[in-house]
Amino acid sequence: MKTLIIFPIIIPLFTASICLVSNKMPRLQWFFVWFGNITYFLVALIFLWTTYHGNIYSLQLGNWQAPFGITIVIDLFSSIMLVITSLLVFCSFLYTRSMTSREEFRLGYLSLTFFLMMGVSGAFTTGDLFNLYVWFEVMLMSSFVLMSFGGEQRQLEGSIKYVILNLMSSAIFLASTGILYGMVGTMNLADLSIKLSMIEQQYPKLIVSSLLLVAFGIKAGLFPLYFWLPASYHTPPPGISALFSGLLTKVGMYSIIRTFTLFYREIDTTLQNTLLIIASLTMLIGVLGAVSQNEIRRILSFHIISQIGYMLMGLALWTTSGIGGAIYFIIHNIIAKSNLFFISGIINEKTGSYYLKSQGNLYKELPILSACFLCSSLSLAGLPPLSGFVGKLALIIAGIHAGAYITVLISIMVSFLTLFSMTKIWIYTFWGTSNYKKEVSAEPEKSLFFAYSAVVILALLTLLLGVFGETFIVISEKSAQNLLQPLTYIEKVMEY
Amino acid sequence: MEWLFAILVGGLYSAGLYLMLQRNMFKLVLGMCLVSHGANLLIFTAGGLTRNLPPIFSEATSIPSQITDPLPQAFVLTAIVISFGVTAFLLVLVHRTHKTLNTDDVDDLIKTDLQ
Repeated sequence: MKTLIIFPIIIPLFTASICLVSNKMPRLQWFFVWFGNITYFLVALIFLWTTYHGNIYSLQLGNWQAPFGITIVIDLFSSIMLVITSLLVFCSFLYTRSMTSREEFRLGYLSLTFFLMMGVSGAFTTGDLFNLYVWFEVMLMSSFVLMSFGGEQRQLEGSIKYVILNLMSSAIFLASTGILYGMVGTMNLADLSIKLSMIEQQYPKLIVSSLLLVAFGIKAGLFPLYFWLPASYHTPPPGISALFSGLLTKVGMYSIIRTFTLFYREIDTTLQNTLLIIASLTMLIGVLGAVSQNEIRRILSFHIISQIGYMLMGLALWTTSGIGGAIYFIIHNIIAKSNLFFISGIINEKTGSYYLKSQGNLYKELPILSACFLCSSLSLAGLPPLSGFVGKLALIIAGIHAGAYITVLISIMVSFLTLFSMTKIWIYTFWGTSNYKKEVSAEPEKSLFFAYSAVVILALLTLLLGVFGETFIVISEKSAQNLLQPLTYIEKVMEY
Repeated sequence: MEWLFAILVGGLYSAGLYLMLQRNMFKLVLGMCLVSHGANLLIFTAGGLTRNLPPIFSEATSIPSQITDPLPQAFVLTAIVISFGVTAFLLVLVHRTHKTLNTDDVDDLIKTDLQ
């Protein structure tokens, strides 16, 4: 078990290197892609199973004792995220298998995705704040390249905004780690939790945590800091933007939840109110932005922001059911949202456009795709029996118990607006008369079998997540409980 | 000594932010460099400024009364390497943009995104 802890980082690294080397042998490359993916998934499942039964695993890298070296920790929250990451990456490979040209594979798409996966799983498993910064950079570096992948003109604008704002967030993150180290002299998250709880003055702690909130908030796309997201997510190829929409903002959210639950044993009301206000505004502004757009991927990008608001709301409530709801919502959102991005890519493949007005009547031509779209979009809006309903219900109940009535009201309103903009896509794209001319291209039409299978898998997962909502809520709440009572986590890391 | 570094860090941050707010893309890159230098110096200062003290000592000798903390230096070193790589990527991106669009004005970028 001890050695397995490092596997979620080693497997993507290993596979990425093999993909780089075997660039000219696509068969071998794909064999290792599936092999890497499946082993990763199995390892993640093992961890999910064992951490669910109350274990927390930690590994001291280089055998340095806990507060001095880097610690890798896997608890229930991390392993949930690992499982969901591996599922999403698997589907994205299935999808790109049929959507991406051979040229793009030759440019190193596969290895870049694995490097991204390595960065993401590093961020999910690390127990050290500075190490988290390093994993963020690993993740960002590969996402920079993927974002500008192919170098189309319209991608350049999105990439520059994305790169600059993310670098800014890294600089802020770096500054906050420096200040934190100056304050308490440790970077280990568990040790920070102990030392920060012993500090009497609240202000230095508040300054550092607000710096961290800004740094992670830029990455997650919180209210005043989200501008890079709708400016860039609609530009890369659809497989890549789906992967980004599922993973990157959620890593920011994961980091917020992880650091705040460790830094604050008890949340003070000022911070709680600030978080609630940010959450409400993020939900509201995101959905309002989406309503005004008429390009599918832009609509979906704005919805990412509004859904990040729900997750932050769950954290801000600071109860087991609230944070549990947030974790469930992260799982639901990764699956539903990236599926919608995948579907938008197939729509583009068929109609040659992402704009609503140059589509139409796809329901007749692509019934399976329409069913999958309906499933994911209604889940996003929160209709039963799909996963979004369970997540929103959990959050709203938790909100009412915690007495955050205004935020609850806003979240219900935002659900309606989400439903509105999803029906807008449905009406323009799937109903009506077809407003597109299919250009007869010289190339043979791509076989979309793999792309469809990815979409169908994710749509079924949404359904399963909703129908067996009770089970998943129980898992999420258990991990929320671990987060709110971090003593076991701390003991495990410090090896008392 | 700390106050000098504090002023330096503040100066680097403000100069960097000023440059980043310009419309010229190359200034954006320079600004980014200055901000990351500022962050590096901040870690270095916050970790404690000491002169001529050993970071490592052997178990055989007695523990010296004052030692340097080696960790902030390791942090800064890591951050420098990372910002080096990121700056290289940023330069290539800006160069590519300049070559494709024939402009180095950030405001002109919006043209690329309209259909």
